[in-house]
Amino acid sequence: MREIYYLDAIREALTQKMETDERIFLIGEDVGLYGGAFGLTLGMLEKFGKDRIMDTPISEQGIVGIAIGAALMGLRPVVEIMFSDFLMLALEQIANQAAKIYYMFGGKASVPLVIRTPGGGGTGAAAQHSQSLEAILNHIPGIKVIMPSTPYDAKGLFISAISDPNPVIFIEHKLLYKKVKGEVPENIYSIPLGKADIKREGKDITVVATSLMVHKVLKVAENLLSKGIDIEVIDPRTIKPLDLETILNSIKKTGRVVLVEEACYTGGFTSFLASEIQARIFDWLDSPITRITGLDCPIPYSPVLENAVIPSEERIEKGILEIFK
Amino acid sequence: MLQIRYFEEQVDQLYIRGEVHGTGHLYIGMEAVAVGAISALEKNDIITSTHRGHGHCIAKGADLKLMMAELLGKATGYSKGRGGSMHIADVSSGNLGANGIVGGGIPIATGAALAVKKMKTNQIVLCFFGDGATNQGVFHESINMASIWSLPIIYIIENNRYGMGFPVEKAVNIDKLSKRSAAYGIEGFTIDGNDVIEVYKTSAKLIKKIRDDSIPVILECDTYRWKGHSKMDAERYRTKEEVASWKKKCPIKKYKDYLLGEGILKPEEIEKIEKDVQAEITSATQFAKESPFPDPEEAIRDVYAQID
Repeated sequence: MREIYYLDAIREALTQKMETDERIFLIGEDVGLYGGAFGLTLGMLEKFGKDRIMDTPISEQGIVGIAIGAALMGLRPVVEIMFSDFLMLALEQIANQAAKIYYMFGGKASVPLVIRTPGGGGTGAAAQHSQSLEAILNHIPGIKVIMPSTPYDAKGLFISAISDPNPVIFIEHKLLYKKVKGEVPENIYSIPLGKADIKREGKDITVVATSLMVHKVLKVAENLLSKGIDIEVIDPRTIKPLDLETILNSIKKTGRVVLVEEACYTGGFTSFLASEIQARIFDWLDSPITRITGLDCPIPYSPVLENAVIPSEERIEKGILEIFK
Repeated sequence: MLQIRYFEEQVDQLYIRGEVHGTGHLYIGMEAVAVGAISALEKNDIITSTHRGHGHCIAKGADLKLMMAELLGKATGYSKGRGGSMHIADVSSGNLGANGIVGGGIPIATGAALAVKKMKTNQIVLCFFGDGATNQGVFHESINMASIWSLPIIYIIENNRYGMGFPVEKAVNIDKLSKRSAAYGIEGFTIDGNDVIEVYKTSAKLIKKIRDDSIPVILECDTYRWKGHSKMDAERYRTKEEVASWKKKCPIKKYKDYLLGEGILKPEEIEKIEKDVQAEITSATQFAKESPFPDPEEAIRDVYAQID
């Protein structure tokens, strides 16, 4: 099968869905001629025209609200928020409006809306362009949160997101865009939301990781095989809805678990996951649940500092080895 | 207007008697704005409303029974008791919902206007909000986009003089909020929001223009709310004399005087209408009171729409 980049897989998914569904349009800052800050939408303006690839002023809250209004009227907007940090500008419309409309209105109006946004650090963009904010979003009932780690998952999950009748936040990782290539079918296919993927089978320990961290953990898994540790790597792919069953079954098999995420330690998504694991399968655990996360500070600029904050392969490897001491 | 007035008076009584669990914001005194503007719409046109939304909802043709049931938190209410006063929507009648966030409906209405323009349905959107909402950032963001994209929408500022308790004179440094239209290169008008005929005529004129040309407009309606901001309001920010002076400008009395003066309706005909509306409210209240509360297990349902 042909291999394409993560960024191209997302563009292909959006393009193919737009070709088949006239209700879909993309709206965001510089998504047109500029092609988006990361070039993900390059060429789409020429293909679909300015009414379906809509450039907007810099007005995140307004853009999300406008997309909600259009969704209520039966269209299927896809919003691009240039950096996930800027979601904070639109949080009113996401948290108070989009997430709650279906519920507040007694199920009589839904908001089929996808918000695509690049998250994560490692680019030297510092504190306001590098955050991993999924835990904040995950906390809000009524929205779904997706964090694909591979081109295959990105395309299939995007197709599902755009077909979902609820608001979905699709968090891409900037470092995956043009660095990760993978096999992607040319046709339209979907991956159900709420289905984890076992990225590597192993028998000694389960490592759950999201987004870019999946790739770091996979490398660590190769290293540790020579030391006789066989790691099972699970990527939840969608953190809301969360496929707890696949994760728990894996831990029952291995008896040990490490949770890896790029976001800050306090209140991170994996702290919730850790709580669920101990509550449900405490007796199956042979060692304490370990979390390896970003440090509790803003993402710093200097590469030395940034590397110290975001979990590195070394830190992940060390964390896993600790358990087997 | 009478439906709104009597409905709100009934709700006020229910609040006072402790029969409504939550809070609410009454539209008494402002009826001419919702009625005048919405009367100028076609049935399939769209509105968005506010936390003080009962008036818009009724004017757009909502079922009083379902509204009252929602206020009492009953399973038969518009939102099955999940929404309450600030979250009543009636999408089938073109009402995209009240909103508990000041200014929260402005971009949503703008998005609805974008959708009708895209779908070429020739519908119009009326976006209601108060003077307070004009100081939210999203007011600026939304109207700017409506302007650059020529969206068919009227932003109706219900200037009732106070954003909760903060007087509009202290909140802004201009005499007319409609002047803000200049910043977006669109037209803005200020009219007497207590004169239902003026609101209707102006709205009808603007709606015709917008249907032909697809442009956004700001329409400021000067009005006043007679009751407190919400259930809890000691009204320290205004005097009894001020309230009394505005009560003299009652929109319903003004219209009644007009109807009688012009000989359009006879006193006994008006009396009959008043009686009929009162009976309608009584029956809606009875329906609401007799309706069952939702099953507690309903609380966790409908968080997500199901995939078809």
